[in-house]
Amino acid sequence: MPKRDDINHVLVIGSGPIQIGQACEFDYSGTQACRVLREEGIRVTLVNSNPATIMTDPEFADATYVEPITTEVIEQVIAREKPDALLPTLGGQTALNAAVALTEAGILEKYGVELIGADMDAIQRGEDRQQFKDVVIKAGGEVPRSAVCHSMDEVRATVAELGLPVVIRPSFTMGGLGSGMAHTWEDVDRIAGNGLAESPTTEVLIEESVLGWKEYELELMRDHNDNVVVVCSIENVDPMGVHTGDSVTVAPAMTLTDREYQDMRDIGIAVLREVGVDTGGCNIQFAIDPADGRIIVIEMNPRVSRSSALASKATGFPIAKIAAKLAIGYTLDEIPNDITGATPAAFEPAIDYVVVKVPRFTFEKFPGADPTLTTTMKSVGEAMSMGRTFQQALQKALRSTETKAAGFWTRPDPAGATLASTLEALATPHDGTLYTAERALRLGATVDQVHDACKIDPWFLDQIAQLVDLRAEIQAAPVIDEGLLWKAKRAGCSDAQIAALRPELAGEDGVRSLRVRLGLRPVYKTVDTCAAEFAADTPYHYSAYEDETEVAPSDRPKVMILGSGPNRIGQGIEFDYSCVHAVQALREAGYETIMVNCNPETVSTDYDTADRLYFEPLTFEDVSEVHHAEHASGLAAGGPGVVGVIVQLGGQTPLGLADRLAEAGLPVVGTSPSAIDAAEDRGVFGRLLDELGLAMPAGGTAASFEEARDVAAAIGYPVLVRPSYVLGGRGMEIVYDEDSLAGYISRATEASPEHPVLVDRFLDDAVEIDVDCLCDGEDFYLGGIMEHIEEAGVHSGDSSCALPPITLGRNMIEQIRDYTAKLAFGLGVRGLMNVQYAVKDDRLYVLEANPRASRTVPFVSKATAVPLAKAAARIAMGATIAQLREEGMLLAEGDGSDAGPEAPISVKEVVLPFKRFRTVEGAGIDAILGPEMKSTGEVMGLGGSFGLAFAKATLAVYGKLPTSGKVFVSVADRDKRAVVFPVRRLVDLGFTVYATKGTGLVLKRHGIDSTPVARHHGARGEEETDAVGLIASGGVDLVITTPSASSGPRTDGWEIRSAAVVADVPCVTTIQGAAAATMGIEAAARGELTVTPLQELHQRLRG
Amino acid sequence: MSSRAPAILVLEDGRVFRGEAFGSVGETFGEAVFNTGMTGYQETLTDPSYYGQVVAQTAPQIGNTGWNDEDDESRRIWVAGYVVRDPSRITSNWRAERGLEDELAAQGVVGICGVDTRALTRHLRESGAMRVGVSSRSTDADELLARVRAAPRMTGANLVAEVTCDRPYTYEAEGETRYTVAAVDLGIKRSTPRRLAKRGVATTVFPAGTDVEDLLAGGPDAVFLSNGPGDPATADEQVELTRELLRRKVPVFGICFGNQILGRALGLDTYKLKYGHRGINQPVLDRHTGKVEITAHNHGFALAKPKANDESGALASARSAEYFTTDFGRVQVSHVCLNDDVVEGLTCLDVPAYSVQYHPEAAGGPHDADYLFDRLTALIEDHKGADADA
Ligand SMILES: Nc1ncnc2c1ncn2[C@@H]1O[C@H](COP(=O)(O)OP(=O)(O)O)[C@@H](O)[C@H]1O
Ligand SMILES: Nc1ncnc2c1ncn2[C@@H]1O[C@H](COP(=O)(O)OP(=O)(O)O)[C@@H](O)[C@H]1O
Ligand SMILES: [Mg+2]
Ligand SMILES: [Mg+2]
Repeated sequence: MPKRDDINHVLVIGSGPIQIGQACEFDYSGTQACRVLREEGIRVTLVNSNPATIMTDPEFADATYVEPITTEVIEQVIAREKPDALLPTLGGQTALNAAVALTEAGILEKYGVELIGADMDAIQRGEDRQQFKDVVIKAGGEVPRSAVCHSMDEVRATVAELGLPVVIRPSFTMGGLGSGMAHTWEDVDRIAGNGLAESPTTEVLIEESVLGWKEYELELMRDHNDNVVVVCSIENVDPMGVHTGDSVTVAPAMTLTDREYQDMRDIGIAVLREVGVDTGGCNIQFAIDPADGRIIVIEMNPRVSRSSALASKATGFPIAKIAAKLAIGYTLDEIPNDITGATPAAFEPAIDYVVVKVPRFTFEKFPGADPTLTTTMKSVGEAMSMGRTFQQALQKALRSTETKAAGFWTRPDPAGATLASTLEALATPHDGTLYTAERALRLGATVDQVHDACKIDPWFLDQIAQLVDLRAEIQAAPVIDEGLLWKAKRAGCSDAQIAALRPELAGEDGVRSLRVRLGLRPVYKTVDTCAAEFAADTPYHYSAYEDETEVAPSDRPKVMILGSGPNRIGQGIEFDYSCVHAVQALREAGYETIMVNCNPETVSTDYDTADRLYFEPLTFEDVSEVHHAEHASGLAAGGPGVVGVIVQLGGQTPLGLADRLAEAGLPVVGTSPSAIDAAEDRGVFGRLLDELGLAMPAGGTAASFEEARDVAAAIGYPVLVRPSYVLGGRGMEIVYDEDSLAGYISRATEASPEHPVLVDRFLDDAVEIDVDCLCDGEDFYLGGIMEHIEEAGVHSGDSSCALPPITLGRNMIEQIRDYTAKLAFGLGVRGLMNVQYAVKDDRLYVLEANPRASRTVPFVSKATAVPLAKAAARIAMGATIAQLREEGMLLAEGDGSDAGPEAPISVKEVVLPFKRFRTVEGAGIDAILGPEMKSTGEVMGLGGSFGLAFAKATLAVYGKLPTSGKVFVSVADRDKRAVVFPVRRLVDLGFTVYATKGTGLVLKRHGIDSTPVARHHGARGEEETDAVGLIASGGVDLVITTPSASSGPRTDGWEIRSAAVVADVPCVTTIQGAAAATMGIEAAARGELTVTPLQELHQRLRG
Repeated sequence: MSSRAPAILVLEDGRVFRGEAFGSVGETFGEAVFNTGMTGYQETLTDPSYYGQVVAQTAPQIGNTGWNDEDDESRRIWVAGYVVRDPSRITSNWRAERGLEDELAAQGVVGICGVDTRALTRHLRESGAMRVGVSSRSTDADELLARVRAAPRMTGANLVAEVTCDRPYTYEAEGETRYTVAAVDLGIKRSTPRRLAKRGVATTVFPAGTDVEDLLAGGPDAVFLSNGPGDPATADEQVELTRELLRRKVPVFGICFGNQILGRALGLDTYKLKYGHRGINQPVLDRHTGKVEITAHNHGFALAKPKANDESGALASARSAEYFTTDFGRVQVSHVCLNDDVVEGLTCLDVPAYSVQYHPEAAGGPHDADYLFDRLTALIEDHKGADADA
């Protein structure tokens, strides 16, 4: 059956802000879908509140609505656009839930919009855990014994019957939110309690535990002709009990015989048919009992999922793209496999390499959070690698994650680690279980002992044991000869690892030169979906130490773009956005673009984004080998080879390689590494500011506590302390007195001459400003000025901001432009620079300058209709700003500093992951914002007025914005008078007020009545309720509470904040935010929340 | 373990690959082919159709699940040699009885590991299947090359006699016996009678040389022509047998080699594919249902596309719905491979016979084509009905 001709306009829903469990894999799948639909001549309307995505670039849809993904808003879009159909399966759980809501609200019916790629009953059957179990049994599969419960009583009864431990899981949540493994009755009460709250349908599933079984996933596709293919099998190295998103996983499955694999395939297909997913991709998870091979089905996701992105990158089979084609009527046999060109997509990829995915965690950012890996996903990103063997792929993956340890043996064992303590540690799944397993084996444990401790399949453990043997061989060998080095490289060992084992080789560089002298260099194999059975010309490569390379010669000038590696807090999709833009701009400018990255979730690692894709770790060794191979193949073809390496767009990861790559003779283009160092080195930077006559907060560098104490004494408290060279404010703290300073130094950093600590005067009550700009050495172009809503002290990545600035006067804006230009020329920037300022008492202080693409580039680009990253890439390759103004990439005249009155207001609001984390006791963790970044993603709100834009942004984050109800207010003394006005407005709008004593008193004096509540239970006096209890019981709709900065460490009132987070109540923690929220609520109450496509706004902005 | 003897692999055209000894140490010759299955090495090794071939596995990690006594597809390993990238040091599977390498050694199968199997595969894809030698005894490439060129070719090879059983035996039905089938063993796999047994079929397996009278003596409801090794052009004896069966209107079902025999009996030619279909991910279109099935393949030869039987040039593509006429009436190309349009199945419209080029019994491979065994029981039923009417 060919394409349907009755579908000419499709509405695609994106997945909204990046959050744990739903990251940029949905930008990848959504982007593919939009591209495919438009190639098919279909009009595409897109709704996605996330500005950092490629899919929300205006050229990917006909009408792009960067608007909240809520029923009301989407209805407005539908009313305006009148699409024929809605495609909800490519925007993760968010889009699927939105589609369910729209259907139930009767909106699709009302506007005659057909749901394609999914059918409502199928979604229910797949997502409702109880219905799903019945389906599985009907299809002849087995499921764990279980029962759905709607109340704690039902829960207790069920657990009594099943016996502990049990798995508790809410329905309709993503990434296992709210779920957990209960070993004790306390666990049961806690987890089931939260679970009932998390589930949109207040139901939880209590399930028999199959802890320690082998876990597998199948990625399947079905067309409406009932053709089904299994795209990929994925085996979890971590056994059942660790969320697949937190597990190290391998493709294809490694430890199944054909019989077991085919049985699993049969069950998967039977379940898929029984559920009735009519077209598209789906993911099914299985558990297999290692003792007797019994297979049970765990769950299915009737949509494109995180694993589908992984499977697509692992096999070269573009699941999202094909799902989109199936949704509009094609069948699998009608769709070509674009890698081979010759064969159809109706087949099952055969791969002749091994793929390993390793999750990336950031527990260090959430003190108090329980780091045990369980059934709730906690990782924030992942790295994938490919190798010809499991060992090679594993070692590449480990060094791709950019954790402290860059693979086995690169860090000393934890002090005092013994075999016994190591085996004991293995009993609890944790970040780095495989490192612990390696240590156990190295300390003399047998594979069986380790298996008993952690239940990881012996085959994987023996692979690690082989590496342990290899380690011993390397250490024992009198000399590292060619044979042994070849063996080590084939096993995936990096030069750095080998250097760590053989000190006399003079470090990584020593090993490298020895290796090069012996002529041992990697070759590059191709990902071709068919294990070489058919010719493929898609240049999608991975390195291997083998006989034959497959890099095709090409005489075009090549540019390498280094990606940003695994997502983590502080470095996420925004940087991938900039990298993809660089690729697009340079491709257009006639260069052959070469992408190097190891993040399977991204658009940058889609094989048709760049001309050539190298799925490789972003380390000096791996990157310079890619350069060597590409440059050689270019010269061999009589071309110039690699003419540029771009490191400024992928965040700190590639930036950190700049020096060594340049030293090694790679053509690092754009801002020079020395200029980058100048900006990073506070000493040098400070001197530069002095020369330029720019102010920065008083401060100094300290190599010891004593020095720090003296600096602090000189500049006065509070001070802001941090280690040098950080991104996302790692380890940064505001310190109010000498004791806490001492505490910080001993705790947070090993202050030393190599690792100095920076001590700055902390500017209280200062307005923070973010600026992105371009410079080509001749000219300067200001991209945009963002005014933060929270005061300085809240990390720029965590504070909401407005563009254009909403309170700054013309003079201040002039001064900002002037300061920024001076800095850009002073540093010698060639491309993008981001500067952060603080304005205090009308004085402008430079907080920091980053001569690279920043987190805000996509936001600014969308808000101003100017593609800054594209311009930066062109400038790096020698284009001038004048030229780009000519071409129309930049504004013909003027720039981001003179936004006219007609310019819409854009507000960026962030999404914080606090609710995903619990303390070991299961309490919520503190939700306070500070100088250390904690947010995982952002949304954009667009409106004619600030209030409107802010309201939309809030709506996009919380999915709701109360326009009446109960507000709880409790603010620091300095904020008490400022809070009066907003609260008065809220009362006028019909809110009833709850307040703590002091705040209540001030309100009373201004004629605002409020119900008194104690801050928390302990503090109860005559008040009969307390804030924490009130909020926890869902008693309030809005929380306004500001920490009292004067009262020492800003942790006061964290119970209130975390209660709000756990109860998912909008919680405003700054006085500026309170005012903004009020304006937003007013706007919403007046029903002014209308929608406008980005294309229209950009029209207006660029004329 | 890590101290393996060096080994070499030399192709007829002189290309040399170096690796290490795997399995039994020695020297072996055969036709170099590659298999792209990611599971099922035990089934592959014990599939008689691989007789005389040196099989390279494109999946790099081999032997992980060891060797068990349930998954053998015949009484022994048939491959002439085995080429892998990274054999497993241990076995991890609840059914494993011993290691793959132990089994190879015990059965004297010479292998080589550590080879760039992807490079080898690409070479065979570009240059076609060819003769090969593997040696872990001497590593002198020139010397080995000379012997490779002296070894027999696959084209023209009649290998059936070597793989067939020496006396008839019966594989009982599961539950009550509803039908009986006489199978001609040209290299049959155990999964075939197993699949039939599930449907109440008792299968008596006969040596390849059995004549038609002996074959039909027990009054079977149908005759099954199995898969097997070698060049179908040499199987004149079986082709004649099949023509006789068709004349007598005995229901016939053929698989793989059996498909080529039926095809020849119907007047089609066979030819050698450049590098064959060997894997478990091959998409086949069933033209009766218009549906795609993912199937297990293992064939180096194929049936030539039937000539158009009118000027219209129908059948130019095997996908077209046209039938062609033969000595035995109208015949349809019922199945085609979507990758390369190769004829994958025939169905006779005027006599009770059909066949497929691939492996509905799977093992290893997906079970999508299992329905073809139901077609046999259905065919038997219709035929009985037809007889009754007659
Ligand atoms: N019955 C069970 N026993 C033990 N572990 C389980 C069980 N069910 C699920 N898990 C673990 O919890 C993880 C998350 O469960 P899953 O059903 O996949 O929820 P999600 O929707 O979050 O993916 C699984 O990946 C698995 O490791
Ligand atoms: N002297 C200061 N006074 C007040 N706030 C500051 C000061 N220095 C930094 N901050 C706050 O800390 C945050 C992080 O500091 P920054 O230098 O930007 O580190 P990063 O490199 O992590 O972005 C800033 O966004 C700002 O809110
Ligand atoms: Mg899951
Ligand atoms: Mg900053």
